[in-house]
Amino acid sequence: MARKIIKGVLIGLALFFFLFPIYWIVATSFKQWPDIFAIPPKFIFTSTALHYKALFNLNLEEMAKFGQAGKSLFPPRFINSIIIAGLSTLLSVVLGTFSAYAFSRFKVKGEGDLLFFILSTRMLPPIVVGIPFFVLYRALHLIDTHVGLILIYMTFNLPFAVWLMKGFIDEIPKEFEEAAMVDGYTRWEAFLKVILPQALSGIAATAVFCLITAWNEFFFALILTSERARTAPPSIAAVQGTSGINWGQIAAGVTVFLVPVVVFTFLVRKYLARGLTFGVIKR
Amino acid sequence: MAEVLLENVVKNFGKIKALRGIHIEVKDGEFLVLLGPTGAGKTTTLRIVSGLEEPDEGNVYIDGVLMNGVAPRDRNCAFVFQNYILYPHMTVYDNLAFPLRSRMWRVEEGEIRKRIERVSSILKIQHLLKRRPDRLSGGEQQRVALGRAMVRNPRVFLMDEPLSNLDAKLREEMRVELKSLQKNLHATFFFVTHDHVEAMTLGDRVVVLNQGLVMQVGSPEEVYARPHNLFVARFIGAPEINLLEGEMDAGFVRCRSLRVSWKIEDFPFLRGISKIPEKVFLGVRPEDILLGVGSERGEVYLIEDLGVDKVVRLRAGEVLLRVRISQEAPVRVGESVSYDLRREKVIFFDPMTERILT
Repeated sequence: MARKIIKGVLIGLALFFFLFPIYWIVATSFKQWPDIFAIPPKFIFTSTALHYKALFNLNLEEMAKFGQAGKSLFPPRFINSIIIAGLSTLLSVVLGTFSAYAFSRFKVKGEGDLLFFILSTRMLPPIVVGIPFFVLYRALHLIDTHVGLILIYMTFNLPFAVWLMKGFIDEIPKEFEEAAMVDGYTRWEAFLKVILPQALSGIAATAVFCLITAWNEFFFALILTSERARTAPPSIAAVQGTSGINWGQIAAGVTVFLVPVVVFTFLVRKYLARGLTFGVIKR
Repeated sequence: MAEVLLENVVKNFGKIKALRGIHIEVKDGEFLVLLGPTGAGKTTTLRIVSGLEEPDEGNVYIDGVLMNGVAPRDRNCAFVFQNYILYPHMTVYDNLAFPLRSRMWRVEEGEIRKRIERVSSILKIQHLLKRRPDRLSGGEQQRVALGRAMVRNPRVFLMDEPLSNLDAKLREEMRVELKSLQKNLHATFFFVTHDHVEAMTLGDRVVVLNQGLVMQVGSPEEVYARPHNLFVARFIGAPEINLLEGEMDAGFVRCRSLRVSWKIEDFPFLRGISKIPEKVFLGVRPEDILLGVGSERGEVYLIEDLGVDKVVRLRAGEVLLRVRISQEAPVRVGESVSYDLRREKVIFFDPMTERILT
C-alpha cells in the first residue's frame, strides 16, 4: 500500500513537471494583458481570444491599440512549418524504410561502414555545420527556399530513420516475404503486402520522431531563411510589440504550434505504443 | 503432381559448405523424408528446390524441366515453414486466399471461396476462417499453414520441419493426418525433419543427410535394418544401436569388451562376405538382445521404463549394453541375467571406412 502511494506521488510529480509548463503557456495565451504579468500569478482569470485573433489577423484595429505594428506573420509561417516538416518527414520515412529493408535483407557491400557513416552524420552538433551550410546554400541559391529546409531536415532525419527502421525490419523474419514469393508474388509485392503492414508500428514511431525534430528545429530555420520559407519557431520567438515582448501572442503561437504534433501523435498512438515496445513482445 | 531431381548440387555460404554435391530424386506422388541432424543441409536443400536459394553448382529439375534461375513464384511449389509464417495482419481466410490472389494465379473471388471451403473442410478449420493467426493454437496455425499450401494445388509440397513446434501428442496426431492427406491428394511431399521417428513413420523413402552429403537413401525399413554406415546406424533408432568392437580369430568373432566369442558361421550376414577385415564393428539393435536365454551373463545396471516397453542397461564385460525388453519382463536392478544376441540381425561395419560390410 505504501509503495502504491509513493508510486502515485512520483508519477504525479513527473506529470506536474512535464505538464505544468504546457498548462502555463496555454493559460497565458487566454489571459488578458494585466493578468499575464500579475504577481502573484493568477490561476483564475477572465479568458479572452484576443491573442488568437491577433495571431491570425482577425482584429487589426483593436491590436493597434495594444501597440502591435502591422500584420502578424504567423499564418504563412505556420503553413511553411507544416509543408517543410511534413514533406521532410515523409521523405525521411519513405527513403529510410526502403534503405532499411535493403540493409536488413540483402548483402550490402561494406554494410557496417555504410551504417556507421550514416550514423556519424548525427554526431556533430548542428551548429558546427551551420556556417558551411550557409555558404553552400548561398552558392546553390537554396537560401530561404522550402526545398532547402526540407533537404536539410531530411539530412538529419534520414540516418535516424534508417537505423530505427532497420531495427524494426530485422524483427520481421525474412520467411514472411519468402512465403509470399513462393506463393506467386514478386519481392516488391511481397514487401508492400506482407512486410509493410507489419512494419507500420515502426513507421509510425519513426514518423513521430522525425516530425518532432523537423517541427521544432530552430537553428537552421533561423540562419537559412528570412521571409518566404521561414518556419514558425524563429517566427514565434521574434514577435515583438512596440512596448516590449508580446507574451500573449507568443503564448497563442506556441499553443497553435503544439496542436499538429499532438494530433499526429494521437492519431498514430495505437501503432506508437506497439512500436516503442517492439521486440519485447514475443513473436 | 510432379517429380523433383537434384543433380550434384553444391551450395556454400561463405566458408561453410552447406551441400557438397548431393543427388536426390523425389518420385511423383511420393512422400520423401529428408532426415539429418542440425547443420546437415536439409533446409538448404528444400530452399534450393523452392528457388529461395540458387545452387552454386549442379542442377534442379522439376518434372524434367531445368529450374536453375527460375523465380520461386514460377516454380509452383508450396513451402510450409517450421514456424508457419502466417501473415499476422490478415484473417485466416485472407491468409488462405493470399496465394490465389497473386497476379501469378489471379483466381476469381468466387472460385477462391469454393477452394477455401474445400480445403478448410478437409483440414477441419472452417470455424477459424474469420480469426487472426495470433488467436490460434499451435496445431490450428499448423493446419492453416498446410491449407495455404494446399489451395493452389502445387506440384510439390516442401515442408521444413512443420511438426517440430507442436507438443508431442499433437505431433503424433498431425503425423497421421499428414500421411493420409498426402495419400488422398496423391501429392508429392518433400519433407524435412531431424526426428527419426517422424521419418520412419511418414516416409515412403528416407534420405539421410549429414554435413552436406547423402548418407543413405532407402525405405524406412532398409535404413533401420541395413544402415549403410556408422552414422546412419547411430542416428536412426532410439535407444541408440549398440556398437561393439570385434576381431576375427580363426573362425570366431571375438568381442574383447564383452569377453565373448561367436562362431563366424552363426552370423548370416558374415557368411556371404568373401573378404572380412581383421577388425569389425558389430551393430546390435537394442531389441536384438534377448534376456533370460543363452549362456552369457550380465548385470542389470539401470532400468528405464518407457511405458510400452523397458530399456535395460546391462553391464556385460566392460560395456553397458542397451537392451529393449517387454514391459512384463521381470528384471530388477542389480540382478544377474543371461543374454544372447539375435545373430541373424547383427550388422557388421568396417572400422576403417565406417561402411557396412557387404
